[in-house]
Amino acid sequence: MNLYGVRAIYGYEMARTRRTLLQSIVSPVLSTSLYFVVFGSAIGSRMSSIDGVSYGAFIVPGLLMLSLLTQSIANASFGIYFPRFVGTIYEHLSAPISAFEIVAGYVGAAATKSIILGVIIIATAGLFVPLRIDHPGWMILFLLLTATTFSLFGFIIGIWADNFEKLQLIPLLIVTPLTFLGGTFYSIDMLPAPWNRIVLLNPVVYLISGFRWSFYGRADVSVGISLAMTVAFLVGCLVLVGWMFRTGYRLKK
Amino acid sequence: MSPIVAVSGLSKVYASGFRALNDVSLEVRRGEIFALLGPNGAGKTTLINVICGIATATQGRVLVDGHDIVTDYRAARAMIGLVPQELTTDAFETVRATVSFSRGLFGRPRNPAVVERVLRALSLWDKRDSTLMTLSGGMKRRVLIAKALAHEPQILFLDEPTAGVDVELRQDMWQLVRGLRDSGVTIILTTHYLEEAEQLAERIGVIDKGEMILVDGKDDIMRRFGKRSIIVRLQAPAARLPESLAGYALALSPDGTEVTYTCDTTGPDTGVRALLGALDAAGIPFADLRTKESSLEEIFVGILRNQS
Repeated sequence: MNLYGVRAIYGYEMARTRRTLLQSIVSPVLSTSLYFVVFGSAIGSRMSSIDGVSYGAFIVPGLLMLSLLTQSIANASFGIYFPRFVGTIYEHLSAPISAFEIVAGYVGAAATKSIILGVIIIATAGLFVPLRIDHPGWMILFLLLTATTFSLFGFIIGIWADNFEKLQLIPLLIVTPLTFLGGTFYSIDMLPAPWNRIVLLNPVVYLISGFRWSFYGRADVSVGISLAMTVAFLVGCLVLVGWMFRTGYRLKK
Repeated sequence: MSPIVAVSGLSKVYASGFRALNDVSLEVRRGEIFALLGPNGAGKTTLINVICGIATATQGRVLVDGHDIVTDYRAARAMIGLVPQELTTDAFETVRATVSFSRGLFGRPRNPAVVERVLRALSLWDKRDSTLMTLSGGMKRRVLIAKALAHEPQILFLDEPTAGVDVELRQDMWQLVRGLRDSGVTIILTTHYLEEAEQLAERIGVIDKGEMILVDGKDDIMRRFGKRSIIVRLQAPAARLPESLAGYALALSPDGTEVTYTCDTTGPDTGVRALLGALDAAGIPFADLRTKESSLEEIFVGILRNQS
């Protein structure tokens, strides 16, 4: 096990975060806070509460999930795409380091950053809306699992992309719409038929539902299914990344 | 002594169908400077890439100090440092950070003393806190070498170390390579400059179109294939050369103004002085003279002719 190698990659990525603090931490926190101000304080006061949870507080888990997903993907995909783009990937490929260790370094750093971001957002949300966390253990579990899974997903995108446009494609055109439609701003039983069934095809619904349950004890789908979906996605990503390294897909010549 | 790098039956066919290496076998001896010589596109970089883990072989086997590069890649790669041909560096990192990163990536614990020693040896210590994007091309090349040396490898691959490098830096680079060899590092470099191989290498492998056509000691190769021509321009055109010069195997140009003398460069005496004396004695004054070394192409032609 090349732990020094994992630490080198992790440290390198965290140093990159520190160098780009404004865009990596401050900007996502600010944009998420704007939602709390607008929906929580301004508009939220005119909207009825959902299952006894004020609207401003209701949207917190969904918005948090939105930040976690987009930031995890952005961090990890850029982290591995950049060395491929400039060519410094030769060093990783020629080093005595396994695929698993490379992934651990990059994904570990991207997930760490997302978790830090998540904690800051929760703290910020507490300033604007009446927040409560009924199941803190589950909340932390979902936070860790989501950050790790989507960092892994981002890593896959970073290997798959062969230009900057592709790097942005999936986050902007798939993940963001799915998150907005996945129950960030509403409970899915507020939707008319057949949309309340169709929406169950959206995997993000399960993530948001489970996460919201850990805050307020209410969910659109059972928390067990949410957990199973998250773990299934994690395993799927692991299998895919394993295949990429085994075949050298877009990495080796 | 067992070879430090042993390549056997190595072939590489790229996804495009291009066969970059064809049944290449090679042994590099411990502690030597080995030059892989060949024209552009001959397969030099592909061979290095396969040995270092950047490309996968289609067929064949490579052992690095007895460690298979596929099944025992950790042990094999830990021994190797690679300096790529292209100047691929980060932009925003500092020199010291990037060299420390390389050391960690190759599985070695932090050691500021080693990093400092490497940076000083490459005259980079003054630039240790500069970001990479502020460095000149020559400096970046040194940083790449420093990164490759950060984990104290026993084998160093230098892929075209002096491509696009000015004369002064080239001399520095050669000095550095010799210094590394003296410290016990085995060095494998690729070049398409004959002069570079001649200056540095103890043994040379000539590769062309993916095939290793010759591996031999540098002196043997130079003796067998390296020729120097001396071209003497005469003051007045000569119709023919006198009998007294027959022993020199001279060639007179069609217009009679130039005489070409081909000499053996490895012997103790090239015979140039005697020739000039003989020309004088024969009453043929010369105006000027210039020398011409065998180019790599001519050596290739010689080797290929020798092969067939």
